[in-house]
Amino acid sequence: MKIALMGQPNSGKSTIFNHVAGYKAVTSNFPGKTVEYTLTKFNLFGQVAELIDLPGTYSLTSFDLAELEARKYLLKNDVDVVINVIDASLLSRSLELTLQLLELKLPMVICLNMIDEAERKGIKIDIKKLSEILGVPVMPTIALKGRGVKELFSAAYKIGEEKRIGRTLNFSKGVEEVITHLSTQIKKKQISKEFNVPERFLAIKYLENDHYFMENFKSRDKKIFKEINDFQNLLEEVHGRPPDVVISSERHHLSMNIYESVVLLTKPHTSLIDYMDNILMHPLLGYVSLGLIFYLFFNLIFSVGKMVEEPLLNYFYRLIPLIEKSINPNTLSFSIISGIIQGLAGGIAIVLPYLFPFLFGLAILEDLGYLPRIAFLLDAFLHKIGLHGKAIIPFILGYGCTVPAIMATRILESRRDRFIASVLATMIPCAARMTIIFALVAFYISPQAALAVYILNIIVIIISGKILSCLLPEVTPGMILEIPAYHIPSIKVALAKTWLRMKEFIFIAWPLLIVGSTILSLLQYYKMDMLINKFFSPLTSLLGLPLVVGTTLIFGILRKELSMLMLIQAIGTSNVAAVMSATQIMTFTIFVIFYVPCVATIAVLWKEIGSKRTLFTVAFTFILATILATITRFVY
Amino acid sequence: MTITLDLAKERQKVKVVDISGGWGIRQRLGCLGIHPGDVVTVKKSAIMRGPILISIHGNQVALGRGIARKVVVEAE
Repeated sequence: MKIALMGQPNSGKSTIFNHVAGYKAVTSNFPGKTVEYTLTKFNLFGQVAELIDLPGTYSLTSFDLAELEARKYLLKNDVDVVINVIDASLLSRSLELTLQLLELKLPMVICLNMIDEAERKGIKIDIKKLSEILGVPVMPTIALKGRGVKELFSAAYKIGEEKRIGRTLNFSKGVEEVITHLSTQIKKKQISKEFNVPERFLAIKYLENDHYFMENFKSRDKKIFKEINDFQNLLEEVHGRPPDVVISSERHHLSMNIYESVVLLTKPHTSLIDYMDNILMHPLLGYVSLGLIFYLFFNLIFSVGKMVEEPLLNYFYRLIPLIEKSINPNTLSFSIISGIIQGLAGGIAIVLPYLFPFLFGLAILEDLGYLPRIAFLLDAFLHKIGLHGKAIIPFILGYGCTVPAIMATRILESRRDRFIASVLATMIPCAARMTIIFALVAFYISPQAALAVYILNIIVIIISGKILSCLLPEVTPGMILEIPAYHIPSIKVALAKTWLRMKEFIFIAWPLLIVGSTILSLLQYYKMDMLINKFFSPLTSLLGLPLVVGTTLIFGILRKELSMLMLIQAIGTSNVAAVMSATQIMTFTIFVIFYVPCVATIAVLWKEIGSKRTLFTVAFTFILATILATITRFVY
Repeated sequence: MTITLDLAKERQKVKVVDISGGWGIRQRLGCLGIHPGDVVTVKKSAIMRGPILISIHGNQVALGRGIARKVVVEAE
């Protein structure tokens, strides 16, 4: 049985999914975090069922790539039952999507999620009545606590077995007549078979001027197209509004009527968290708090990281001479063993201490619902670089990892915005590069210097954004963004999310690190690294870096943190300051932050913005890095 | 008297009369519950011609200045 979770953004689909699948899909409190569907197989009453977590979509008319993905999946795949997840506190608006899903005539169950939140807001819903009106089961849940999820799936199973579909609700008489006429025409022409949707659904979509369904046959069948046009004009004449507005108003009124007949409004319970916006979104205090939050965040990462890094590094310092005593340092086996140990040491002592507090802090900010607030505060600034507020979301995710950041640009509506945001996102120091900044600059120079690196990075991004938006002078469509209510973050969920993101490092980067270390040991043993270093010597001498740095830059393209860890191995000591001057450390860091995105990023860029633009990004960042690092060499 | 939404004052309650943008913007605003006839409250207005925050059907939505300029409203 194939079960799809469908619903408006931020209604809790991924939370329900994770309840079944274990923490597999990233959840956060901002609309549009799921941009691709995630699939899991699970046991449902003794049979293997598939559960699909689709990106949130406000309606079945799609505007951004994530919404398009959800609709495409639903139309193209044979889903046995749809679970329509609704944020109960936003029932009236959510019903508009529900009505459209009912038009698709698929077996469906409604999941009335966050029912506790709705009651807190003073919204009491007559579940039985709602179920009677829509003709589908309505199951209340509190997905975050796992309440009602079991009952939800048993209802879904039953509906899926019976293949029972809900009721289609009618619009007002005049509009219904037009729909019926058009449906008959569509039935005659058998167009709906092609899209695999009911005639009535298609008729409504045509009246709404839905581009996806229009484009597909505009060129083929001029006659029916003219007929649709006539019907659209008829609606416009009678109602005095564009046909899409007529349909959406009909749906809106229908939803409001249902809402009013099933909801009993009581006095809302306000809590302290509701007043947080008075400070966090205040025209002045909002910016002060933004700065303060990020400053504290920065300090937290540094102090936790340093506290753990020092003793761990000391331990590894002592380990190497011990091995030297037992194995002859000039043999191949020593090279390999020390390579492996260096790789392990790099991961445990240098990367993890900074990675964990950072990812955990980010998870807390995301779950609280702070990210959309930042989008609100920074919208005006982002307009200065040709983007709008929503672009801040991929940027902030970029501090975690560039790959999801580029995926998140899908929430932007225009292709140009997505391109600019993707290029800029590659320049944001991801967690891997953060460990370089913290473990080299903050650790050996000073925390202030590390902060300066971050500030310089932001300035460079702003200038690059300006340049790119001058090259592509199209106007950004402007921000329309829902600002969800705050949620008190659950430590358990935040830890699960941190673990999900750290897994990437532990299971992909770490093995690569150890293999890389071993390869470098072998290269050094056979003196092959000299060849690579020689090849890079024009660059390293321009930047005034030790010759051995050359090899590490290749590893840095595989994974950004490798460049630092390989540096440690290449110079033969974890005490970098003994070999490199402060200027050299700074130059190296600046170069590594900006030069060429890592392999995983290049792959996702290729998919999202195409080959030409990816190559442009690679060249652009490489030139930028060389210029900035050369300046650093002479100025710092 | 009708004005555009970006000119409404903080804490002002207004009724949407028309959305003057094209198909895309009408649909996108409609999805968030903003249709002609709906009542919205302006909650915050960011500095430097930044976005405005409105409350609609118990939900908060941020609209960029350019978008807000396309929403024609009348004071309640």
